[in-house]
Amino acid sequence: MMIGAPKEVFDGEARVAITPDSAKQLQKLGYDVAIETGAGAAARFSDADYEAAGVTICPNAPALWATSEIVLKVRAPEEAELGHARSGQTLISFIWPAQNEALLEALKDKGVTALAMDMVPRISRAQKMDALSSMANIAGYRAVIEAGNNFGRFFTGQVTAAGKVPPAKVLVVGAGVAGLAAIGTSTSLGAITYAFDVRPEVAEQIESMGAEFVYLDFEEAQTDGAATGGYAAPSSPEFREKQLEKFRELAPEVDIVITTALIPGRDAPKLWLKDMVEAMKPGSVVVDLAAEKGGNCDLTVMDQKVVSDNGVTIVGYTDFPSRMATQSSTLYGNNLRHMMTDLTPEKDGKPFVNMEDDVIRGATVTHENAITFPPPPPKVAAIAAQPKKPAAKELTVEEKRAQEVAAFKAQTKTQVGLLAAGGALVLGIGLIPGMPASFMQHFIVFVLSVFIGFQVIWNVAHSLHTPLMAVTNAISSIIILGALIQIGSSGILITILAALGVFMASINIFGGFLVTRRMLAMFQKS
Amino acid sequence: MENAFTIAAYVVAAILFILSLGGLSGQESAKRAVWYGIAGMAIAVVATLFGPGSGLWIVSLVLIAGGATVGYQLATKVQMTQMPELVAIMHSLVGLAAVFVGFNADFTISSVESAKAAGDAIEGTFATLVAKKTPIEITILQIELVLGVWIGAVTFTGSVIAYGKLSGNSSLLPFKIDTAAIQLPGGHMLNAGAVALSVLFAIWYFSGGGFFALFLLTLLALFIGYHLIMGIGGADMPVVVSMLNSYSGWAAAAIGFSLGNDLLIVVGALVGSSGAILSYIMCKAMNRSFISVILGGFGGPAGEQMAVEGEQIAIDADGVASALEDADSVVIIPGYGMAVAQAQQNVAELTRRLRAQGKNVRFAIHPVAGRLPGHMNVLLAEAKVPYDIVLEMDEINDDFPDTDVAIVIGSNDIVNPAAQDDPNSPIAGMPVLECWKAKQVFVSKRGQGTGYSGIENPLFFKDNTRMFYGDAKASLDALLQKIT
Repeated sequence: MMIGAPKEVFDGEARVAITPDSAKQLQKLGYDVAIETGAGAAARFSDADYEAAGVTICPNAPALWATSEIVLKVRAPEEAELGHARSGQTLISFIWPAQNEALLEALKDKGVTALAMDMVPRISRAQKMDALSSMANIAGYRAVIEAGNNFGRFFTGQVTAAGKVPPAKVLVVGAGVAGLAAIGTSTSLGAITYAFDVRPEVAEQIESMGAEFVYLDFEEAQTDGAATGGYAAPSSPEFREKQLEKFRELAPEVDIVITTALIPGRDAPKLWLKDMVEAMKPGSVVVDLAAEKGGNCDLTVMDQKVVSDNGVTIVGYTDFPSRMATQSSTLYGNNLRHMMTDLTPEKDGKPFVNMEDDVIRGATVTHENAITFPPPPPKVAAIAAQPKKPAAKELTVEEKRAQEVAAFKAQTKTQVGLLAAGGALVLGIGLIPGMPASFMQHFIVFVLSVFIGFQVIWNVAHSLHTPLMAVTNAISSIIILGALIQIGSSGILITILAALGVFMASINIFGGFLVTRRMLAMFQKS
Repeated sequence: MENAFTIAAYVVAAILFILSLGGLSGQESAKRAVWYGIAGMAIAVVATLFGPGSGLWIVSLVLIAGGATVGYQLATKVQMTQMPELVAIMHSLVGLAAVFVGFNADFTISSVESAKAAGDAIEGTFATLVAKKTPIEITILQIELVLGVWIGAVTFTGSVIAYGKLSGNSSLLPFKIDTAAIQLPGGHMLNAGAVALSVLFAIWYFSGGGFFALFLLTLLALFIGYHLIMGIGGADMPVVVSMLNSYSGWAAAAIGFSLGNDLLIVVGALVGSSGAILSYIMCKAMNRSFISVILGGFGGPAGEQMAVEGEQIAIDADGVASALEDADSVVIIPGYGMAVAQAQQNVAELTRRLRAQGKNVRFAIHPVAGRLPGHMNVLLAEAKVPYDIVLEMDEINDDFPDTDVAIVIGSNDIVNPAAQDDPNSPIAGMPVLECWKAKQVFVSKRGQGTGYSGIENPLFFKDNTRMFYGDAKASLDALLQKIT
């Protein structure tokens, strides 16, 4: 079966869907591969390279669409291209089905099976075909490079013979894939990098890339990234205010701002307002990666580079991946190749659109003359849900008070009960007829000691329980007194037993105290 | 009769002992507290030597010196990991001493009686004391003495068995003691029967049965001590040790009654109540009643236990090291396995290195971790882990959800989620360290077995748990090589 990639018709698009490398891999799956002549030229893959990889070169687009059962593209097909399509053909490219309903209708009417690379679900298994991420990665990198291109200073701070250079300060807004790539690039160039995201759980990822997370002093039910498949959700107006306030504070300091904030299915939120641009130093750069969706910056003009009145450059390009066509074609080609591998489980050159498969089902937008968008939610959750924190119930003052009173009452009850029982017991013993007073004297001492013991031991620190045991063990050898008193008595047997008692008890005294000292000497503060 | 000076000295000693126990409420004051205890003991012994115990005082001094040498050797040579065994075996000495002193009291009573009958002079301090007693006082004396001997004998064999169970293979006993709960046929009935028989022998003794009755009673008590502790599984040993500690105190108090010595009574009561409270605290930490612990082992499961699903996923030192590298907050949960493997030094070294990297490393100590209350605290202190990062269960349990990595080193039941999830689990309701709420859990464990209590642990099967198999010390050695 023939897989083909036409030359992209969108103006300025330099990428190509098949590279010589990915063509070889596709052939291993049992497919034949064709491209339109010159399709890879803008990405610096010549027709000769393709021919060397065993790819058939078609002279023009109609010929390619006619020979190929499966067409791989980068951009969504334009009207002219749709004209070449035919029933039963399979198309794989970016489609943006949510925004392109007319295109879906057209594809359905044509009977084309269309798989949207932008609809691949975000689950672990599908990462290898996640073209959004691979393109965003490139965009993030390129954004920093574009910024550097327009920025008149070093990124890194240097102390040279010719003078000291302060490091550039970069603020990255939105720590998605593009944002993280931008952070990584910017820190490796030596800039001091700050980053912000509305999802607090990415703070860790930001810090792992070497940037500093800009914390907002704001208490809000935090959005759980898992609920939205790892994407950001719109934030409340109060939160937004707080966020803008923070940005205003940062604006005079930072030299480069890279905004990547996107909310799926909506216009990009305005985060870098006009007054912030005005607060920036002349020569600073704003790169707006959200320009295609209206931009995060007030002054962004899509596909253009503009300079504000106070000399701040605002880059609104939307074709960052295309500006690095060789790299992005390679990665995108690999994404497509992995998609084809999943579509061809038998490696027999015949695609099988398995609608039971989460990934394929998610990506398929039209199939067998029907629109299959939007897909049902995937069976596997993209990201493990964060454990819900049980809301600690805030007790009101009265409730607390009531609880304390209840606890106090219960305590009093048990205490009085115990006292009554204990007192009755002691009195009962005293009432036994003929109970000698000498015994009662000792008995009182005994009861008082038990009482003192209970009072004292409750206060012993938990970590000192072992020393406590060693100490009580040592002092329980007070039994030595009994043996000492008896040792001088008449009778050999008594003396021998008493002597043994003295000996054993003194082992205990010394052993017990020494061990306790050893243990306690080890406890030390850091 | 004791002279006034001795009694005064006893009062001072008693106060010092009380201060000594009270001082253990804090780490710093504890160091002072031990000296109070030592001073109290010294005053008590010296006062007795000069007062009522002045007969044959040279022999006494020699014996004390001998005992001191042995005690010194024991205390300085013992490994900190063997602390539970040492404490257990020392309890047995107190128990045996109590038995001997009780026997002597009986001998004195009979010799005094025969001397009275023969009209001979009565020698010795205790003997003169006995001679003055009325018949009813003699009977009370005998009751006290029987109690002292009985409790002392139970403490003696019980402590020896506890020692054997705790020391396992390194036991110095001539025979091996199985750590599992073993009971002779008849079980608790046998114990109950022995106790009933003891009461009968005691009554026989009071009504003039003589030393023979007392001796038989002692044998029975020895058997009860043996059988009672044999029936308790190794996992409950912390409770047993503190219970025996309590017994040795009560024995001393009972002997104090029979000798009419108030200091013995005071100290015995202090030790007795301390041990009782410790046992209570520990039983509470395991959510079990004191009775059920004493009556032996974990009972059978109340119903079908939840089947554990999933598999245990192993990880090697590289994996653990890289996870630790990324972690900001780490909680280490040590257990008996760390003590067995002597891994506390490696744990401490790991802690030092992680702390040097600026990570927040803390320890979570369950009240019954190890084989002795506070066992882990002592081991970590030995390895110079600062005690202010060693936290109790209640202090740290709420922090687990914010913890990146929890490392479980040789503990099992105290991190078993079944205690909360499975109402039929034998440990249901026992408070446990909720380490599974951490982002990642590593369990250092020798193998896939179920550990001391024999209960399956669902923690090991959780998605965020990785098993780091191997001897704790060897595993940590490997880990330390990857972390600088």
